[in-house]
Amino acid sequence: MTNLLEINNLSVDFPSRRGQVSAVNKVSLAVAKGEVLGLVGESGAGKSTVGNSVINLLEPPGIISGGEIIFDGTRIDQLSNEEMRKLRGTKIGTIFQDPQTSLNPLMTIGKQLSETLIETLKISGASAREKSIELLDSVGIPDPEPRLNAYPHQFSGGMRQRVVIALALAGDPDLIIADEPTTALDVSIQKQILDLMKSLCKQRNLGVIIVTHDIGVIAEIADRVAVMYNGQLVEQGEVTQVLQKPKHDYTKSLISAVPSGDQKLHRFTVVDYIDGSTEKVTLENVSDHWLSRNKPSNTHDIAVSVKNLSIEFSIRKALFRKNRISLKAVDDVSIEIKTGESFGLVGESGSGKSTLARLIAGLYTPKSGDINIFGHNVLQKTEKIKTSLIRRKMQMIFQDPYSSLNSRMTVEDIVSEPIRFHRSTRNQSETAVVVRDLISFVGMPSTSLRKYPHEFSGGQRQRISIARALASRPEILICDEPTSALDVSVQANILNLLKDLQEELSLTMLFISHDLPVIRQMCDRVAVMQNGRICEIAETDTLFDHPNHEYSKHLLGLMPRMDLFRL
Amino acid sequence: MAPLLLKGLMFYFILNRLAQALLVMAVVSAISFSLFNFVGDPVNNMVGQDATREQRIEIRQQLGLDDPILVQYQRFMLNVVKGDFGLSYRIKQPVSQLILERLPATLELVFASAVIAVFIGIVLGVYTGIRRYSWVSKIIMSVSLIGVSLPTFIIGIGLIYLFAVYLRWLPSSGRAGVIELGGWKTSLLTVDGWRSIILPAVTLSLFQLTMILRLVRAEMLEVMRSDYIKFARARGLANRAIHFGHALRNTLVPVITIIGLNIGGLIAYSVITETVFQWPGTGLMFIQAVDFVDVPIMAAYLIFVALLFVVINLIVDILYFIVDPRIRRGGS
Repeated sequence: MTNLLEINNLSVDFPSRRGQVSAVNKVSLAVAKGEVLGLVGESGAGKSTVGNSVINLLEPPGIISGGEIIFDGTRIDQLSNEEMRKLRGTKIGTIFQDPQTSLNPLMTIGKQLSETLIETLKISGASAREKSIELLDSVGIPDPEPRLNAYPHQFSGGMRQRVVIALALAGDPDLIIADEPTTALDVSIQKQILDLMKSLCKQRNLGVIIVTHDIGVIAEIADRVAVMYNGQLVEQGEVTQVLQKPKHDYTKSLISAVPSGDQKLHRFTVVDYIDGSTEKVTLENVSDHWLSRNKPSNTHDIAVSVKNLSIEFSIRKALFRKNRISLKAVDDVSIEIKTGESFGLVGESGSGKSTLARLIAGLYTPKSGDINIFGHNVLQKTEKIKTSLIRRKMQMIFQDPYSSLNSRMTVEDIVSEPIRFHRSTRNQSETAVVVRDLISFVGMPSTSLRKYPHEFSGGQRQRISIARALASRPEILICDEPTSALDVSVQANILNLLKDLQEELSLTMLFISHDLPVIRQMCDRVAVMQNGRICEIAETDTLFDHPNHEYSKHLLGLMPRMDLFRL
Repeated sequence: MAPLLLKGLMFYFILNRLAQALLVMAVVSAISFSLFNFVGDPVNNMVGQDATREQRIEIRQQLGLDDPILVQYQRFMLNVVKGDFGLSYRIKQPVSQLILERLPATLELVFASAVIAVFIGIVLGVYTGIRRYSWVSKIIMSVSLIGVSLPTFIIGIGLIYLFAVYLRWLPSSGRAGVIELGGWKTSLLTVDGWRSIILPAVTLSLFQLTMILRLVRAEMLEVMRSDYIKFARARGLANRAIHFGHALRNTLVPVITIIGLNIGGLIAYSVITETVFQWPGTGLMFIQAVDFVDVPIMAAYLIFVALLFVVINLIVDILYFIVDPRIRRGGS
């Protein structure tokens, strides 16, 4: 079997003022027709750069500084822009990560398809229309003809990714490069898209390179896998061999860091291969610290109690009531979170889990229902002072560590702001000591206090968010997908930190995630949400081993096949 | 079903905007009415120094200036709705007739400069957005800074010096070659007319041109970084299709907003340009009215400019609907 694409000793450099940054260093890969190659690695490993060099669309100022790329027997890394453009679409198709942004929002699907077909296949408008319908049908879009006139925003995320795949296939390419094609999608839709890609690969005898950080995706779809770390290829081989008997230390620790949905472990396994990833967190004497002082002895067994809570968002405004459309984001939900427990909330995007968390945190006002925190009804209009005192005991950690920190404040200002606002220290020098302690509790050096958020990586920023939340001395912590924007290795560290803090400070935690293995490791009890309603509330082990509700079973069935890569 | 829904939404949307427009017009008319009471005593301007006290009282009664203020306002509004803005204090002719006579000159000037500003602004904006690092772009961007920072009257005087005094290519002032065309006096049909409109139109357009140029460039740079442009490249589309089919249209929503506001601005700035070039339009008339405290003309001009702004903004809002399908969905 001859190789469709061969990459030999490829190096890519990004020249900058401070010297060259080598993003890819002497990487050699090969893909044959009908084969799916998984390219896996954490963020910054250079895996997307490899994909972009093949189609010669490197982000400036990146340049290919060495090696060769051979496609179908001809060398393509030295082609002119115009020759390369003719290759793109007709020989090599590309699929990008986010279907929300990959399509032109102002152009109908049909227009984008036929435009691509006319350009790549040199056919007439009428036959392009026919071919468009055929393509949409082949990627599993039902009733394609009327949908040609639809705009991208009229499709759901999964359907949009199908349209993107149809566009990538329009020029009948031999090779598909898919850069994180399912990262922005829900698990159930992820599986459909991966199945579709797999079957298209076999039907059309395509070579596929799938770039991803998610080992679950690799296990699902790839025939062979290449592992990248820090711009270098550390291991390459058959998928079963690499996942079950990894040779390189990095691969080993990467695989073991993937949280398991099968059994509950005390701590998450960290990727100890990466330097500095095992920042030791010392949580000694926390019980004597400022953090634990001033704590009212809480006699309430129930920290948060929510009864018949509902909220609606209007999707379409109109003059007349009958024309208005609203969405019940949270629909008659009742839950109770016991003091000191970790309560998990799981569901697909749009299930209302984040909305529920925001309702409890007081960021939205519900349409109906009651919220009691430590026995105090926080929705009542009287006793506002008491309500705000109670609210202070609750803090939130958001999903995106990039947008949840003010980029114009230093870390010290960010962490000390709640302390100064609540006047919870005696004087400024005590504030300074407390802030330094908080930042060391979350495993950051005290030198970081004078820096600004952009100087930190995603995981470090999430640590700062945690320190900021702790500065209000909370008793309840709401974590809204705190690690879903992070790499596996970083995720393990953050989750371990949260676990330790919870134990030491006996925090109550509401933990929201779409990631079932993470939920299994973190939570005592779990509620499953679908379409704004709670399907099932159960002890974590009970839910995972014997789910009752049909939807819970369905969700559990979508978990990546862990058995394939347990050591 | 889709077009029907679109029509319904559009109807509701336009109704909403019309209500807002009415409110704006009511406020503006109240302000222009208040001009009559706060900008000096009109009688002083109408009669000579030697008029007797009795003559003055008689004129006050003729003009109804002794009536309660609300009665005066009601009378003013009723007349305005009928298109009657009263007599000019100075020329003693109906104000609406004066404005209508001079309107073609201003509208033609504004139209010519809007075309120059929009066309050249978009073309240069797209060019500098795509060829960001070429030296032509750098020159265009530097020159455009001058356009933004120099005041209109200096540009006007500079152009007059260069093209009318030094090179003697174009006339320095006035509006020549006017032809009557079914009640509309146009100067766009004769060579002389074209020659006389070039300098004022270029002067008036320069500021707007550079604004549009810089905005289009900034938007193009933003859009060119987006994922759908990268995906369009990855599909092997030609540069022309990517730049004009995909990128330009996505820059249009903010650009339309600014163009809409700026055409209003053109009318406002035309006061200065018409003065510099002695262009016989409404702006020049307004300046002369200010000199003589001719309040009816000032009040009518104010209402007229506000009406133009409101109409242009309504058109801009409708254009959003046409350009961006996501706005058609209504709601969020």
